[in-house]
Amino acid sequence: MAKLPVLRLENLTVGSRRAGMPSILANASLSFAADDCTVILGPNGAGKSVLLRAACGLLPITQGSVAWGPANRDGLPPFALVFQKPVMLRRSALDNIVYPLLHGTIHRAEAYARATQALAQVGLAHLAARPARVLSGGEQQRVALARALVTQPQVLMLDEPTASLDPASAALVEDIVRQAHASGVAVIWTTHRLGEAKRLAKRVLFVDGGQVVEDSPASRFFTQPATLVARAYLQGESA
Amino acid sequence: MLVQALTEAISLLLSGDGKLVKIILLSLGVSGLATLLAAIIGVPLGGVLAVARFPGRRFLIACLNAAMGLPPVVVGLIVYLLLSRAGPLGPLGILFTPSAMVLAQVVLIAPIMAALARQIIEDTHAEYREQLDALRISRWAATATLIWDARFSLVTVVLAGFGRAMAEVGAVMIVGGNIDGVTRTMTTTIALETSKGDLPLALALGTVLLALVLAINALAAWLKEWAVARYG
Repeated sequence: MAKLPVLRLENLTVGSRRAGMPSILANASLSFAADDCTVILGPNGAGKSVLLRAACGLLPITQGSVAWGPANRDGLPPFALVFQKPVMLRRSALDNIVYPLLHGTIHRAEAYARATQALAQVGLAHLAARPARVLSGGEQQRVALARALVTQPQVLMLDEPTASLDPASAALVEDIVRQAHASGVAVIWTTHRLGEAKRLAKRVLFVDGGQVVEDSPASRFFTQPATLVARAYLQGESA
Repeated sequence: MLVQALTEAISLLLSGDGKLVKIILLSLGVSGLATLLAAIIGVPLGGVLAVARFPGRRFLIACLNAAMGLPPVVVGLIVYLLLSRAGPLGPLGILFTPSAMVLAQVVLIAPIMAALARQIIEDTHAEYREQLDALRISRWAATATLIWDARFSLVTVVLAGFGRAMAEVGAVMIVGGNIDGVTRTMTTTIALETSKGDLPLALALGTVLLALVLAINALAAWLKEWAVARYG
């Protein structure tokens, strides 16, 4: 029996309902499986972030639907979203990570145990008590990743998580995501870093002008992109 | 004459004059309690107005902003009418007592705290909104989170309210009646003694009042600076 998708988007459209006005995202119909590691590529303003935000319910949908897989246990959402600029709450690194768990149905002691473990997994156990907002950008992004992973999401979404990081910090983030994926979390990642995309992606979505213009296995996309616009993007030219 | 009054004021302060101490303690007690009650009402109200979306929200915010400029004597008059024997709260029998003064000050400073708190919490919400929404945090839980995370800025709001309450004279004069030993505060005493020409007591109280206001402002500034350095 085929596995149920962890996320299915049907005709997802975000933007104006008025005739003649362009949509920010138009008629995206996509399905993501539990073992997917999808990288979304496309120029600035193409609609990559809009796609993630609309799927997570952060943007109002003009039409279409979003269906998530089976509900998560512990009363937590089935997905987690990591932003380009991590939003750190004004409290310690550990308290940032335990925060979503305290709003679920998990016992407090277990929540702290899980948060401590998550912090150790991103290599920041020694900074547990440090106020999160005084950490470096790279450390903050790892705290954000731990906060996302501690909820044990079925889908981890990342919106250009390494765009503001130096190469060493970006590599650490990439490693953590790779480990999460290996442990069974579906990953949807937007980026402009092609090297990163080549290392991570099993599947590539290419978005341009609010349309998903290409949906290919990564191996094919990077060697034989089907569209001119994707080919130009890979070659560093503007289409 | 001024030098003589100043010398007498200093000796009053140094001697720990009983009457002076009683007036200072009453002022601190009334304004402290009023600040506490106004914070309990104003800060959560500001939080709800910052986060919740409901019809009439903008109108309520406009009313709150307008209430920040309420003239104290008008507040005093309204509270007086409410508490007077024929008024709806007359049976409480608290007119011309410190309780009436607390009530007037709460009416005066709660809108100030709510309006300032709303602005601060709304700014924090703008930064946190997407993250809290992505974590599917409910509106109520989000409001509590925002109040906690904006706590240092909100403490300065509370201190500003306390400063306003301490410095206020019109409303407490009307509802307290400025009764010697019962409802006479620093500001009402200064007004009365100055009109009587008894400057030493007025000057001594004025010095204490100024020192308190300065200390409150310094504390607020220091707290903000410390919090930014400590928590970012």
